Amino acid sequence: MKNKYIIIDSKDNCATALDDIPRDTKIKLKDKIIKLNHHISFGHKFAINNIKKEDHIIKYGEIIGIATESISEGDWIHTHNIKSTYLEVNNDG
Amino acid sequence: MMDEGFLGYPRSNGTIGIRNKIVVLSSVVCANTVVRRVAEKIDNAIAITHPFGCGQGGISLSNTFNILAGLASNPNVFGALVIGLGCEVIFSSLLADKIKKSEKPVNSFNIQDVKGGTISAIEKGISICENLAKEAGEIKREFFDFSHITLGLECGGSDFSSGLSSNPSLGILSDKLVNLGGTSILPEVAEWAGAEHLLSRRAINEEVAQEIMNLFKGKQVENRSPGNIAGGLSTPEEKSLGNITKGGKATIQGVIQYTEKPKGKGLWLMVEPGLDVISVTALAAAGANIIVFTTGRGTPFGCPVAPVIKICGNPKTCEYMANNIDIDASPIITNGKSIEGISDLLWKKLVDVCNGEKTNAEKLGFDEDIGIWRA
Repeated sequence: MKNKYIIIDSKDNCATALDDIPRDTKIKLKDKIIKLNHHISFGHKFAINNIKKEDHIIKYGEIIGIATESISEGDWIHTHNIKSTYLEVNNDG
Repeated sequence: MMDEGFLGYPRSNGTIGIRNKIVVLSSVVCANTVVRRVAEKIDNAIAITHPFGCGQGGISLSNTFNILAGLASNPNVFGALVIGLGCEVIFSSLLADKIKKSEKPVNSFNIQDVKGGTISAIEKGISICENLAKEAGEIKREFFDFSHITLGLECGGSDFSSGLSSNPSLGILSDKLVNLGGTSILPEVAEWAGAEHLLSRRAINEEVAQEIMNLFKGKQVENRSPGNIAGGLSTPEEKSLGNITKGGKATIQGVIQYTEKPKGKGLWLMVEPGLDVISVTALAAAGANIIVFTTGRGTPFGCPVAPVIKICGNPKTCEYMANNIDIDASPIITNGKSIEGISDLLWKKLVDVCNGEKTNAEKLGFDEDIGIWRA
């Protein structure tokens, strides 16, 4: 297993784990090295930049949700700290 | 060089085939065996059979009629013979007339009108198809640019690997084809739920944007199973994007309905039920001369009239079903290979297949099955 994560689009601010990665693992990105603040299970995401509350979470170069709290690089990203924008759009009509 | 074009078969209606097939088509289930016996005697002929053509009406009937006509009108088809029984709902002559609108040579007859029963009917069919095959053999491949390619974007047997490897690889390829002036069709409307607001932002105008949103108005908004969430999918849009990323990022030109054809070049969405065989059949009937099929679990399925390239990102499937998978995208998951790198391999394969190289499904003869949405 050469790589443990994948960043799908250059606009993305999160990466997806391709293996279970323990907390405190150092992750080498293109321009920096970050440390994981949580255990990241296979298929789950972690932040590769600091993300402010209400900022968009970008994967596939598209918005997959909004941060409900401030997220630091290396943090696990999931339902506990992001919410759908889709469900809000559809609540209008 | 590879981006300049491919060698294809020119058709009188301006479309370009990457195959030069004779279609032998049954207008009704009762003609299926005769159709198969005729096709097996002719080089480059393909039997298109189905369990319909009688005892049906309404949308089910018109869907069957239009899909059968669409398949035989595909650019990869040189000409067709329609064989009916003679007392069915779908008249072989009416089906032939519809196919003739594509300016191809088309013949038809009914088994009940041939003295000598099915033995004579098979002989008659073979004789007609031998003539068609001779004419087809006189057409030679010529050089054309990629604006003549219509690509169908399909996925099936998806798994964890699809959204991370094969689908984004196909998305890059689709964008490349669209940039070269070609056409792509993204089917499987149910898979867009959760990301329609993102798709609608890419629509060419407000009307198309609204049309995309209206497809889902008042529909179920939660598409994730508990297993999806446990697996790391945080929002409905993240799940849907894993699928629709195979459509790339191009501007969406419009929405076409099942049995319709794209009304121009570029990326089009197609509304249809999203079952693999039905989707691939619908794409071919809409004029796709090539289809790329992303899979995780693996699938052997091909299509009678359009080559189907399989790309898979699951390493186990790529090993277990190696002779069914054309492009192994699993190094994205296992070995740090870039999505762009795999997409380049896929593009080279697409160009080779356009130029005549057989896909694995073609080599194995998995190219006779079709599916029709009975509605």
